[in-house]
Amino acid sequence: MIVADKKPIEEIIKEIESYNRVLILGCNECVTVCEAGGKKEVGILASALRMYFLNQGKDVKIDEVTLERQCDHEYLEEIRDRVDKYDAVLSLACGVGVQFMAEKYQTLPVYPGVNTCFLGVTEKRGLWTERCQACGKCILAKTAGICPVSRCAKRILNGPCGGSTNGKCEISKEVDCAWQLIIDRLKALGKMDDYENIIPLKDWSTDRAGGPRKVAREDVQL
Amino acid sequence: MNCKTPSKLEKILAAGHIAVTSECGPPRGSNIEHVAHKANLIKEHVDAINITDNQTSVTRLCSLAACIKLKLMGLEPVLQMVTRDRNRLAIQSDILGAAAFDIFNMLCLSGDHQSFGDCAQGQNVHDLDSMQLLQTVRHMRDEGKFLGGADIDRPPKMFVGAAENPFADPFEIRVPRLAKKVAAGAEFIQTQCIYNLDKFELWMKMVRDRGLHEKVYILAGLTPLKSAGMAKYMKNRVPGMDVPDDVVKRMAAVPKEKQPEEGIKICIESIQRLKEVEGVRGFHIMAIEWEEKVPEIVEKTGLYPRPKVD
Repeated sequence: MIVADKKPIEEIIKEIESYNRVLILGCNECVTVCEAGGKKEVGILASALRMYFLNQGKDVKIDEVTLERQCDHEYLEEIRDRVDKYDAVLSLACGVGVQFMAEKYQTLPVYPGVNTCFLGVTEKRGLWTERCQACGKCILAKTAGICPVSRCAKRILNGPCGGSTNGKCEISKEVDCAWQLIIDRLKALGKMDDYENIIPLKDWSTDRAGGPRKVAREDVQL
Repeated sequence: MNCKTPSKLEKILAAGHIAVTSECGPPRGSNIEHVAHKANLIKEHVDAINITDNQTSVTRLCSLAACIKLKLMGLEPVLQMVTRDRNRLAIQSDILGAAAFDIFNMLCLSGDHQSFGDCAQGQNVHDLDSMQLLQTVRHMRDEGKFLGGADIDRPPKMFVGAAENPFADPFEIRVPRLAKKVAAGAEFIQTQCIYNLDKFELWMKMVRDRGLHEKVYILAGLTPLKSAGMAKYMKNRVPGMDVPDDVVKRMAAVPKEKQPEEGIKICIESIQRLKEVEGVRGFHIMAIEWEEKVPEIVEKTGLYPRPKVD
């Protein structure tokens, strides 16, 4: 999933304090799972903002809506008949949802309520970690199912570097060395011989480097 | 072994001499005379001088400019290049820049993570890794072609090296990793600083068991300790460094003013011992901001005078 984290409320207040009618728009997908922008977080943030503005003696109307998704036209259309009632929308979706919302409602100010962090997993409640950087050309078949692009601080394709110590990365004792994990798994799979295959120069043109990306699938287009 | 490049370092190694290299870190400013000064302290005692590339991710005068300065002084530079700061376009361009000034040695590295240095909020590049950098230089030299496939007019003639840390984890892949670097094109290796001689000798045995010592020239890396504090810092704070307790204790056991002398003594003893290790073909003495001590170390280990080659 796309993992996001809450923005500090002070930052949110600065963005929206000039408006009188604000819609907080949650998303029922990834940001709900990572507890940053689902219905629950929309409710908590709305209460906190109402309290803040009340204390400031300011009459700000704050409404709450949580859509099934903010990355599909059909769900964003559900609010078309009511967006006119607001001066601004604070979207708690990932950056994708915020942008799609802004694209759709050209004259409505839309602000992000979360920081979009990475593609990752829930390791345990309250702990999400990165697994993928969407480079567009998956090499997991060559790296024992562990991604050095997203999990090595230097995205080294033929690692580990000289900084790997006791299974940890040179940047922090809290961070696993991706290449230690790869080697451990190669061992578990009985495939240590594969370690000596040199992974060639990567074609990064499908990564961010190639510019904005798209997947166009004629077979499923209507 | 036949020489593939005009590198003096390669010629010395190919002739069977024990090579001695050292390194100079460029200054935090544009006064390149600092590099000249350091090089002048050691030039009679070493065969080639590495110039570090923004080591520990702290911004410094660029390695290439400092290498050109050495070249203009008639010395033999080893251009260190990290993959942290350049994409393949800049890498190939800088290699050509070095080749234009007949810089004949290059050390291919990934580089410390930028979070250690003065640009912690910057991007890193890592378009290639150190092995792919080795492949790139060898491709440019041996095929005379760019990565894009076009011919290079006057291809670079680099003697190509890599670093290897016998002490990093996991230990069991340290030798396979060396094999990989050799397969990628490494012709010489300069190792991480050695303080744990037993472990290094074990690594060398594993290197010999695979016959790698006959495929690549291994230069053992040494850094003299200046103080017990430095020993402790290296042990605890520098990633991938193995400083055994008895080395720290030995440094701490002498009065502070005698510690530099003790550090030099340990370095000399280490070289004497490692000279006897089959497959060790030279020494890379990294006297960090202590270049003036290199001549003494070289002389006291019987490595002076340096051999002359054409």
